[in-house]
Amino acid sequence: MPGTSEMPGTSSGPARVRARGWGWRHAGRKAFAVSGVDLDIAPGERVLLLGASGAGKSTLLHALAGVLGAAEEGEERGELTVDGVPAPSARGRAGLVLQDPDGQIAMARVGDEVAFGCENLAVPRDEIWPRVHRALDDVGLDVPLDRSTAALSGGQKQRLALACVLAMEPGLVLLDEPTANLDPEGVEEVREAVRRSLDRTGATLVVVEHRVSVWAELVDRVIVLGAGGGLLADGEPGPVLGDPDVRRRLAAAGVWVPGWHPLTGEAAPGRLRGSSATAPGAADELLRAEALAVGRSPKSAPVVGGIGLVLRAGQSASVTGPNGAGKSTLALTLAGLLPALGGDLEALPALARGAGPSPHRWRSSELVSRIGTVFQEPEHQFLTPRVLDELEFGPRRVARRPEKEVRALVDGLLGRLRLERLAEANPFTLSGGEKRRLSVATMLATSPSLLVLDEPTFGQDALTWAELVRLLAELLEQGTSLLAVTHDEDFTNALSDTVFRVDGGRAARVEAAA
Amino acid sequence: MSVDILTPEVANSVLARANPVAKLAAALCITITLLLSVDWVSASVALACELLMLPLLGVRPLTFLRRTWPLAAAAAVAAYSTALLGAKTGPVWLQLGPAVFTEHSVLTGVAIGLRGLAVALPGVFLLFSTDPTDLADGLAQKLRLPARFVLGALAGMRLVGLLVDEWRTLGLARRARGVGTGHSPIARFRAFLGQAFALLVQAIRRATRLAVAMEARGFGGTVEGRPAPRTWARESSYSRLDAWVLVAGAAVAALSVGAAVVLGTWNVVWG
Repeated sequence: MPGTSEMPGTSSGPARVRARGWGWRHAGRKAFAVSGVDLDIAPGERVLLLGASGAGKSTLLHALAGVLGAAEEGEERGELTVDGVPAPSARGRAGLVLQDPDGQIAMARVGDEVAFGCENLAVPRDEIWPRVHRALDDVGLDVPLDRSTAALSGGQKQRLALACVLAMEPGLVLLDEPTANLDPEGVEEVREAVRRSLDRTGATLVVVEHRVSVWAELVDRVIVLGAGGGLLADGEPGPVLGDPDVRRRLAAAGVWVPGWHPLTGEAAPGRLRGSSATAPGAADELLRAEALAVGRSPKSAPVVGGIGLVLRAGQSASVTGPNGAGKSTLALTLAGLLPALGGDLEALPALARGAGPSPHRWRSSELVSRIGTVFQEPEHQFLTPRVLDELEFGPRRVARRPEKEVRALVDGLLGRLRLERLAEANPFTLSGGEKRRLSVATMLATSPSLLVLDEPTFGQDALTWAELVRLLAELLEQGTSLLAVTHDEDFTNALSDTVFRVDGGRAARVEAAA
Repeated sequence: MSVDILTPEVANSVLARANPVAKLAAALCITITLLLSVDWVSASVALACELLMLPLLGVRPLTFLRRTWPLAAAAAVAAYSTALLGAKTGPVWLQLGPAVFTEHSVLTGVAIGLRGLAVALPGVFLLFSTDPTDLADGLAQKLRLPARFVLGALAGMRLVGLLVDEWRTLGLARRARGVGTGHSPIARFRAFLGQAFALLVQAIRRATRLAVAMEARGFGGTVEGRPAPRTWARESSYSRLDAWVLVAGAAVAALSVGAAVVLGTWNVVWG
């Protein structure tokens, strides 16, 4: 074993990864997040790492990047090396790109951001700027070096993060769900940038992603971590993803297996919903917009104008379009959270029930029993330290329902959304899928007639996705109206009656889902 | 849409070309000198010099006023309260019921107000003519402050911009949950506290994630227990202009002290 004092950056070229009986337990947890991992990744291999939520994919990736922390942050077992050196000592050999585009930018300007990693590795100044240019070329990010990093789109930010890693000339590129928060164009941009840069550098790749189809073509090996430790499968993508047993297990673990639909399995997906004509009050008009203009604040210029639409009970509408086009602003305005900047927005009597025609003027207590809004980030809406309190908050403290009714409501929701086991847990400690279920449940607790959802399926595994879609279909049957901002075509195909596309300051109705 | 505090619009002015460290030194020189005494002569001289140097900043007077009026307002409030509450010696100039303004209290008030402005303006000059990234480069390369501290603070400032956005989103997300129903001041204050706490939670989570991302790019690493060597992509260098900036700072300080001593108003705070 070479000593840990090896100077950073002394080895170059694609890196080799080796794990023997490796495991990690986070401090304060009883169970190991990962255990019994034995694997060898040859220099230049491109690996897709799969596994159920909680199987420890991210933990393994962070360990390879050497950022898992010191002994006080957890307990390590076995050995994990990059080029024969323990991962934390192989500084600069591995580069990591994380999921959140905003969460990993340190500097104000694009050029400085890319140079940052080189500076930390003590690359001489004359060498840094050529590397910056090459890395930006590799990822196809054609913006001036002094462009503000805050002014980039989500896809551009992720390509920037990739460029930062490439400029460090790592032998091992690690990607932790780099496209989970991006629109379809952004996903494409990032994947092609990865392909181009790997073709040039030949670096080893390990990517974690539960949407398998995004990466299946680019990788030459798939490794599946078992939930109970060890590996579930390991091999070329074709055989691994074609093996019926592995497919079944992956699907059961919530992985998006190509050709396997979360609702129908191996069968072709159909439309989930039958006719909603039988729902109570079906097709009653709830909310009508005419020549509506929307914007982030009353002082700013409208981002989308000339919007005309009608939302009806028991029907579902989707709003699509590129990131930053104003979809969320439109949804928040329809939800009564932002004021309309122009035109008409009228809540009709079936929705307003005496509260006046303008949702933005309603008091919070009137709003929660008429329109519910599920934000993209569930944590933004958590108010209490306990799941049970979270569910009781709306009906008890805001809508002031009788105590008996509150009990029944909350018990019903806990069961329906499989949260009973978590009733006493702190909402912030739940998994991503559990947080999403809870944030939807808190909105349902006050039985709104219209439910507005902002990217409800972003980053969700296939199990949570299927659960959410089934629940929303049920709500539609019961006469609730849905409006979802979404890039997710599977979601739109399964649920939506109408689709609006927002782009270039306009909103237009496009062909209804088949 | 996040508020961009790290790439402010810095006018292409003489001062913008100076090294931030030189500007910082000149500003400190004036500020510390002015804190030594409370008299109206040194404050007025310094303020007059500073206003004369305004063209070096390359900001139009109206824009300058629009961006600094809170400072002027604060100085006026300080002047007024000192005049109202200061020692009542000398002839009475104005009496309105219990409020008495004497010659001495009014002059002290004016001196305090002028001093406040004169002390604040060098900082404003620095702020308006400096890109935070350049300041960080200067502090780390020229003053040898630890890179870990300087760059950590810089990254932290970027987070502040994101948190302004986060605050707005939290406000909407919580209204959707029915928070802020009450109209009483107490209910509103409680809603504000709750939102502030939620922001704190998000700030800590974001900071933790950013720290991991920076660490993954080799930031804050050690080699054999000591901070790993680091290079700088942007060189922070001094030019002749920086000497002039220092001279100007020292000159303003000397001129204001000199004038006050000659006119016999120099009055050291602890004297």
